[in-house]
Amino acid sequence: MQAKQLSVFIENREGRLDEVLAVIKSAGVNILSLSLADTSEYGLLRLIVNDPAAADAALKTNGFSSMLTGVLVVRLDNKVGSLQDFLGILAKEKINLEYMYGLTIENGGKASLVIKASDLDKAASILLKAGAELLSNEDIVKL
Amino acid sequence: MIWNEKMETMSREELTKLQSERLVATVKRVYENVPAYRAKMDAIGLKPEDIRGVEDLSKLPFTTKADLRENYPFGLFAVPQDEIVRVHASSGTTGKPTVVGYTENDIKMWSECVARCMTMAGITKKDIVQVAYGYGLFTGGLGAHYGAEYMGATTVPMGTGNTQKLITLMKDFGATAIACTPSYLLHIAEVLKEGGDLDKIKLRAAVCGAEPWTEEMRHQIEATLGIDAHDIYGLSEVMGPGVACDCSYHNGLHVCEDHFIPEIISPTTLEPVPEGETGELVFTTITKEGLPLIRYRTRDLTSITYEKCKCGRTTCRISRFKGRSDDMLIIRGVNVFPSQVEEALLQVDGVSPHYLIVVDRVNNLDTMEIMVEVDEKFFSDEIKGLEALSKKIAKAVQQMIGLNAKIKLVEPRTIERSMGKAVRVRDNRKLV
Repeated sequence: MQAKQLSVFIENREGRLDEVLAVIKSAGVNILSLSLADTSEYGLLRLIVNDPAAADAALKTNGFSSMLTGVLVVRLDNKVGSLQDFLGILAKEKINLEYMYGLTIENGGKASLVIKASDLDKAASILLKAGAELLSNEDIVKL
Repeated sequence: MIWNEKMETMSREELTKLQSERLVATVKRVYENVPAYRAKMDAIGLKPEDIRGVEDLSKLPFTTKADLRENYPFGLFAVPQDEIVRVHASSGTTGKPTVVGYTENDIKMWSECVARCMTMAGITKKDIVQVAYGYGLFTGGLGAHYGAEYMGATTVPMGTGNTQKLITLMKDFGATAIACTPSYLLHIAEVLKEGGDLDKIKLRAAVCGAEPWTEEMRHQIEATLGIDAHDIYGLSEVMGPGVACDCSYHNGLHVCEDHFIPEIISPTTLEPVPEGETGELVFTTITKEGLPLIRYRTRDLTSITYEKCKCGRTTCRISRFKGRSDDMLIIRGVNVFPSQVEEALLQVDGVSPHYLIVVDRVNNLDTMEIMVEVDEKFFSDEIKGLEALSKKIAKAVQQMIGLNAKIKLVEPRTIERSMGKAVRVRDNRKLV
């Protein structure tokens, strides 16, 4: 089960991140988590939002390069070693992680992560088989 | 000093007579041996006997780079292929290079012209000349090399790319002259200065060409290195470096007029303009055997004076170049058309994105950056995907034009849209 991530290309220029956030705000879309990968000249902003399609459309209308990307959102027990347990399984199956970032830490003792892997479908089935909980965009909003 | 007193100082009347004889013979020869020229002349009802002297030159049709492309590779050669002893080629606008061919006599004539130019720069057979142009298909390296050897100078085939070695040999050999692009010489000067080596060299003269430069740049080179720097002009289609050069008075470039007849035309009306007025330079070769060119449009903008020079030479002088009548750029001595960059981008994804070529000069070396808008066609949510895209574009550009360009990915709509013709080039260099 994949979740939709919003990816936005931004140049390393003053105020560009602010402009992206302003567009998402005026579209009435709530940001749940984000990660900013940067190089010397440009950055890639990756966001988990409550309405990816609406944010994508609003950004495109405003001239930004954005796209929706499939990612896995894994909900784990918030305890020592649980991340390593699951990532170790992926490593054994020779699945590469392209990037990952945190989503939420819940009061009930659960924590969620966003993962982009080389083979998303295979990674999802391996994780499910190992007993991991994968979240959809609808699930994330309810957290 | 003058290399060939007879040819370089003959009276204008004698020169005109000689040019006329050679022109008549050339026109007859191309009409008989080159189907493309014959077809062009037949199309306007022009017979070789209609050309009786230089006064009839403007009756002849023009030749352009497109003619060379359409007759790729050897179609415009006026001799059988077995008489061609060398070919050179420059990058073309449609992936096909422009090919030029030389007979044994052509190579001798070329060497003679380069020797005249080097003599204008004060170089003699006693000098040690480092040739630091690119060797290979480009005419710069071998052209300057053969000229320097022909005049008896000790010739060092450096090529380009290893500045440290060039400087080491310059010091160790006591090199007294160099032939390279002006921007490369400025770079060499900077490196010498940084290394505290300026007083360890014996350099005294330079012939620089293959790219446009300014008087200011010449003064800067001369002041830094304590040398005399000269502007050598040429283009591979016509021959290569050595078509013209400035003498010690630096008051225009003397054309080797007994081999090449220059004209200045208006790029719009294509009619000859009065002496001294700026227009497009056109050359007719009158001694070349392999690839004679009739009224070849160089696209270089300049003017001509026929006034006798203080140096004693009677050959006409073309002024410093004032730009181009097309969109060709000269980057590190390499001719680049924006359409070539566009073609390279097309190869990457089948769709040409919005792009802008930014040319600049940093530490005296030309830089080329291509800004490419990242839209849906060129997008990845992974940095490595975007980096792979940059590399792919850079490789396609490198293969197309032979230059390494820096690829800068930018947001959509950040490249200015112009009304009408798109602005594809921003040249920040101050060359004219």
